[in-house]
Amino acid sequence: MKGMSIIVKKVAQLISGLIFLYGIYIITHGHLTPGGGFAGGAIIAGAYILNILAFGSDAMNLKNKEQGSSLSESLAIFIVLMLAVFALFIGSKIFFANYLPKGQLGEIISAGAIPLYNIFIGIEVAAAIITIFLALVIFKEEVKK
Amino acid sequence: MIVYILCFILFLVGLYGLITRRNLIKIVISLSIMEFSVFLFLVIIGYIDAGVAPIVELSNQNVIYVDPLPQAMVLTAIVIGLATTAMLLAIAIRLYRKYKTFDIREINNLRG
Amino acid sequence: MELTLSILIGFMILGAIFAIHAKDLLSAVITTGIVGYSLVIAFLLLKAPDLAIVQIVIETITLIIMVAVVLDSTREELKVKPDFKSYSNIVLSIIFAAVLLFFFVQATAELNLFGDHTLRMAEAYVDQAAEKTGSINLVTGILFDFRGYDTLGEATILFAAALGVLTVLRIKGKK
Repeated sequence: MKGMSIIVKKVAQLISGLIFLYGIYIITHGHLTPGGGFAGGAIIAGAYILNILAFGSDAMNLKNKEQGSSLSESLAIFIVLMLAVFALFIGSKIFFANYLPKGQLGEIISAGAIPLYNIFIGIEVAAAIITIFLALVIFKEEVKK
Repeated sequence: MIVYILCFILFLVGLYGLITRRNLIKIVISLSIMEFSVFLFLVIIGYIDAGVAPIVELSNQNVIYVDPLPQAMVLTAIVIGLATTAMLLAIAIRLYRKYKTFDIREINNLRG
Repeated sequence: MELTLSILIGFMILGAIFAIHAKDLLSAVITTGIVGYSLVIAFLLLKAPDLAIVQIVIETITLIIMVAVVLDSTREELKVKPDFKSYSNIVLSIIFAAVLLFFFVQATAELNLFGDHTLRMAEAYVDQAAEKTGSINLVTGILFDFRGYDTLGEATILFAAALGVLTVLRIKGKK
């Protein structure tokens, strides 16, 4: 897959950073405004896919990136599971209990463990979508050779 | 009442495509259309007239919220839909490399 | 409200019929976008902003993947000679659909009218979720606290699907 013209490359560079930041905002404000881990993760994956489409697959070292995204996906789902298991050891003995202090309603640091779950689910969704896309791109490259 | 029936007709259009089409890509498209109709039906079930989006308003206590439970379930289902669609497309493109066609009858004949 | 939604769903049905009957695979894939993006508008009308955000991004990514697959392989729809079997398939599927529609219309008599939903299970969630979970967004509160098992299962399915795609699309074996 070849890259596109220099105008598209520059615009993609400018836009993708903003989209990435918006995805992080959606994830971290998941318990206050619409959105959350799923939406933010998909937006971050979208920013990454925009970069790959604009710059083409030659400019990037896709194999290493695929390994990295696959690893971060596995780690993120492991951490989500560990956060849920961790509740078993702290007093309540309930799987998925919300063991951290709740804080003030409407503050950004509130809602106990929910922002943590949001962040790691976001990483998991983003890494899974990026892995699927990179697998398709690498398959196309290898068939052409 | 008419909304429920229209939703189900959308589901039936997807089912018709699933049964009659012979092209793998068309089958994937029909499956995603059926998925969409089920999402829409579940969210319509939870809608309440004059309700607001399920985000608590701290200043005002007397607000009716729409049902948040179907929305939470559909939220996970949408992401699963992407995963299954990508999986089906991966299998389709792999079959195309092997048999040079998307025709499921040809793929069936060439077996073994 | 009901009228607006009916028109929107009618539009979606037209898009779906065209997508299934299109002669060109690329136009079929793009026409599927009509259904997906209309779904976004329907979610916004139905007061579900979380779903609208997720659906608009996921639909775009799905379209990109589908267009990539179609452009990589072939764009042409199969040339099928209409024979007895295909006609019987069409007739049988239409009869099947009609029977299903009949039973569905019978079943809608048991449902509440549109916009007249009575909260049964969700009543406890709506009343107490904000105090119990500390999350203002009720959907997030349900997703990660009351229904944590569902979310864990969903994440597992996504993980398994990514592994499946990696396995299916590998040409050379790993050493």
